[in-house]
Amino acid sequence: MVKVTYVAHDGTRTELEGDPGDSVMSLAIANGLDGIVGECGGSMMCATCHCYVDDDWQAATGARMDGEEDMLESAVCEVTGRSRLSCQITLSEALDGLVVHLPEEQV
Amino acid sequence: MSAGRVVIIGAGQGGLQAAMSLRQEGHSGPITLIGGEPGLPYQRPALSKAFLKTGEADKLALRPESFFATKDITLRTGEWVDAIDREAGVVRVGAEALPFDHLILATGTRNLRPAIPGIDRALDLRTLDDAAALRAALDRPRKVAVIGGGFIGLEFAAVAAGLGHEVSVAEAAPRLMARAVSPEMSRRFRELHEALGTALHLANGVTEVTETGLTLADGTEIAGDLVLLAAGVRPNTELAEAAGLEIANGIAVDAELRTRDPRIFALGDCAAFPEPGSGRRIRLESVQAATDHARAIARTIGTGTATPYAAVPWFWSDQSNLKLQIAGLADPTDDSVTLEDGAVLRFRDGRLTAVETINNAKIHMKARRLLAAAPVPTRDSLLQRNYDLTAA
Ligand SMILES: Cc1cc2nc3c(=O)[nH]c(=O)nc-3n(C[C@H](O)[C@H](O)[C@H](O)COP(=O)(O)OP(=O)(O)OC[C@H]3O[C@@H](n4cnc5c(N)ncnc54)[C@H](O)[C@@H]3O)c2cc1C
Ligand code: FES
Repeated sequence: MVKVTYVAHDGTRTELEGDPGDSVMSLAIANGLDGIVGECGGSMMCATCHCYVDDDWQAATGARMDGEEDMLESAVCEVTGRSRLSCQITLSEALDGLVVHLPEEQV
Repeated sequence: MSAGRVVIIGAGQGGLQAAMSLRQEGHSGPITLIGGEPGLPYQRPALSKAFLKTGEADKLALRPESFFATKDITLRTGEWVDAIDREAGVVRVGAEALPFDHLILATGTRNLRPAIPGIDRALDLRTLDDAAALRAALDRPRKVAVIGGGFIGLEFAAVAAGLGHEVSVAEAAPRLMARAVSPEMSRRFRELHEALGTALHLANGVTEVTETGLTLADGTEIAGDLVLLAAGVRPNTELAEAAGLEIANGIAVDAELRTRDPRIFALGDCAAFPEPGSGRRIRLESVQAATDHARAIARTIGTGTATPYAAVPWFWSDQSNLKLQIAGLADPTDDSVTLEDGAVLRFRDGRLTAVETINNAKIHMKARRLLAAAPVPTRDSLLQRNYDLTAA
């Protein structure tokens, strides 16, 4: 199991447990978490799964995927150096304890 | 903030989104989401893509069961709505009458089944059950014959060929995905499928499904012990029609996605709506249209102020290692300009209508923004920049 903490815009923390291979987006959706929409089902078409990776987890989550940068440009909230599409972050044991912050809005 | 009773018929991508968006807009009245298919609302795009390979059905659910209680949305799946009684202001499910103040029709489409001999032997790919049956059938080496060279038929063909099956595709039109993409893009995908070893039969409609496969218009026999029918769909308009609402290749709605009855809206695959800009009625089959329609309707109901629908269409299709992305909406006859990297710009009356790209998210996203701008770029202005969209 890989534990992920989602910090909503208002500071609410939700801890979820996923399996290696799940994405940060799909884990959130599977648990009905508000704050991630995931409209295209992880096809990198919608940017409604925007998240900010916590500073402590930047290295572990690694670089953005091919094309992710371009899709992020259409995210509705501010895109920063910590921004990722959560559908493109795949859980692995190395990400156990991951913390991501969610933007105020996704659409 | 609104408080009326909302009933949504059809618990697919658009129906669910409407329910979710209504709550986001602060709608406080009861929301009932009724869907004929059993189980939780799920996403269809993966049915002809990842699901065929992985078979992971639980990954397809759009939201978990607990979500509906949390959001106070009454989800009733496995139940079909039988009729809309506008006079009484109710929808009928069996003997039960469910009253509504607002009604949203999100009934989607079903497979078109052409009247050709033997067609009963052909399988569909529309629902999770369909996809599961196809996946099960691919458990041993098959001769796969696909009727229809559109997105769904070709996505299925690409997966089947990738798994090592012997695949043929028969298409009545002279090129692949002819309604939706440029001739240049059709050609590119023809090359892809031929490289995958798939036999393509173009301009050659199917006249019969036989015990051993397909017979085509020119007499060619194609071997097939697994036949997929993917020759287009029909919008599910019967409920609306029986209720006296206007039908025009879909449930006819205005710019606010309302039918002639101001209480009743339609969205997604089943709705024929005025294209923003041109005003001509169109019907789109895409996640984008279903979800953006749903949000516009939810805003109109939720805020009480009319929200005209104005989103730029986008669509994608994954076939083997190519991800086709389309921004905008072109007619089959629109002009095409092919760029060096294979992207195709479409123009009508000198204005950009759509951009087709392969594995190029940058240009796709740029195109979506350009098409959302008013006015939409002209061909001349883009030519001056050597059609470099990133410079526009
Ligand atoms: C195999 C496949 C692949 C696809 N791939 C893509 C893709 O890559 N990209 C993309 O953008 N789009 C794709 N699509 C299209 C996309 O899935 C649809 O456009 C989208 O699902 C439309 O949403 P909707 O809510 O309008 O209809 P649907 O999601 O089809 O939902 C309609 C629901 O209404 C129910 N219903 C109908 N009548 C009644 C009734 N009387 N009572 C109760 N329930 C009723 C139906 O059973 C159905 O479940 C694909 C579709 C398929 C089938
Ligand atoms: S879910 Fe659509 S881009 Fe991530």
